[in-house]
Amino acid sequence: MTDPVIHLEDVAKTFTLHNQGGAVIPVLERAGLSVRPGECVGLVGASGAGKSTLMRMIWGNYLAASGTIMVAGTDVARAAPREILALRRGRLGYVSQFLRVVPRVPTLDVVAEPLLDLGVPEEAARARAAELLARLRIPERLWPLSPTTFSGGEQQRVNIARGFAHPSPALLLDEPTASLDAANRETVLALIEEAKARGAAIVGIFHDEAARSRVCDRVVNVSDFTPGAA
Amino acid sequence: MTPLLQVRGLEKRYGARIGCTGVGFDLYPGEVMGIVGESGSGKSTLLSCLAGHLRPDAGQVIFDTRHKGPVDTVTMAEPERRMLARTDWAFVHQNPRDGLRMGVSAGGNVGERLMAVGARNYGRIRSTAEDWLGRVEIASDRIDDRPSAFSGGMQQRLQIARNLVTGPRLVFMDEPTGGLDVSVQARLLDLLRGLVRRLGLSAVIVTHDLAVVRLLADRLMVMKGGRVVETGLTDQVLDDPQHAYTQLLVSSVLQV
Ligand SMILES: Nc1ncnc2c1ncn2[C@@H]1O[C@H](COP(=O)(O)OP(=O)(O)OP(=O)(O)O)[C@@H](O)[C@H]1O
Ligand SMILES: [Mg+2]
Repeated sequence: MTDPVIHLEDVAKTFTLHNQGGAVIPVLERAGLSVRPGECVGLVGASGAGKSTLMRMIWGNYLAASGTIMVAGTDVARAAPREILALRRGRLGYVSQFLRVVPRVPTLDVVAEPLLDLGVPEEAARARAAELLARLRIPERLWPLSPTTFSGGEQQRVNIARGFAHPSPALLLDEPTASLDAANRETVLALIEEAKARGAAIVGIFHDEAARSRVCDRVVNVSDFTPGAA
Repeated sequence: MTPLLQVRGLEKRYGARIGCTGVGFDLYPGEVMGIVGESGSGKSTLLSCLAGHLRPDAGQVIFDTRHKGPVDTVTMAEPERRMLARTDWAFVHQNPRDGLRMGVSAGGNVGERLMAVGARNYGRIRSTAEDWLGRVEIASDRIDDRPSAFSGGMQQRLQIARNLVTGPRLVFMDEPTGGLDVSVQARLLDLLRGLVRRLGLSAVIVTHDLAVVRLLADRLMVMKGGRVVETGLTDQVLDDPQHAYTQLLVSSVLQV
């Protein structure tokens, strides 16, 4: 069997709220997860169980208290910032729930940016961006505009286009089909299936059960990692 | 890869008061580091020490020079340091008046930097200046106007052109978007991001604006009372701050 692209072992997470009486919130312990190329694993569990927290630890914007988080050859739990940046540039993609962009940057460039950062020539990067925006039904007249004024669903599709622009070997998807209409939801699920077919290892959070059962090969219940739960 | 800048045990005191102390970090080519903290936390003191405007009381600021490799700029001879400041380094001041010559035309402000590094051909200097004004979105028919006739945002863009025209490898910026209204800030941010990527610049940016560092900086350093209290990947420090002071800083702004 091929080696996993994403492999977590014995990961723990605790938040300490220094300005709220030093409250300590243990969220996860002994968390493990393994995703092979072409596989999509869904994170499930009650609201507040720590699905997004686990995903953010893989992305590296939440610090793991302990454990290892191997992603395409890099241990995110130990890597220096520039190693994590290099990982995000070429090997790890992330569709977060919210789009965050520099104001004034045209939508087409927002989507092409991950490719430009990798040194893809401008024309090829823009062509790929245009193809994804068209598939996700963002009208062409919006491409030259900044997405900051777009509707929630439009922003989410821009975010998805950006996340799928470069074929990363590992991909994180936080609610990629939330707030999408049926046609766009279908497109996103097709994009996920295509990513799996080319060998991407995917971790996803889907509240949409039908979507989850269609694209996920397995689910991992994050509540199993709640501290104190045997 | 050799870091472009290696800072070790940097300290600056103002009498008994601490300006900054115990500061150390590596900055690699192409990296942008943000420094945040409340006013008086030592950000600008640190930046001045890094850029050679202030002499630190202790520590090293090792810069990877083009010809001699890594050299401590604190102990290097003054003429050598001046040369670095004119060629490989750039400093963008918060107030454009501190970085521009207000009595000289826009074109002159940019051309002057070129002449300081030996450019002599007038026609070429003027066309390079024109090219740079274009890159910072200043119309070419403003080339003979003085910066005093420009808006704050234009002055700041002119200052950036003046600084980048000589192809520096390291840019220091002190609150580059401070004092500008939000839409002008956005334009400047977009411009800075594009330049940093296209030119492969490294930069150290001091600001108190967390939204600015979120968009511009790869890494973040949080200062309090002259000391570094937290460092890390920018989104990690902002989304999962570890130190009490950083948590306070992040929680006291609306959504960054
Ligand atoms: N930055 C943070 N600082 C402090 N506590 C946090 C932080 N992020 C998450 N938490 C806490 O961690 C726990 C898990 O939150 P998380 O967002 O991961 O849950 P989730 O499973 O994604 O929930 P949902 O299904 O509602 O999105 C919650 O108690 C939350 O309050
Ligand atoms: Mg969540």
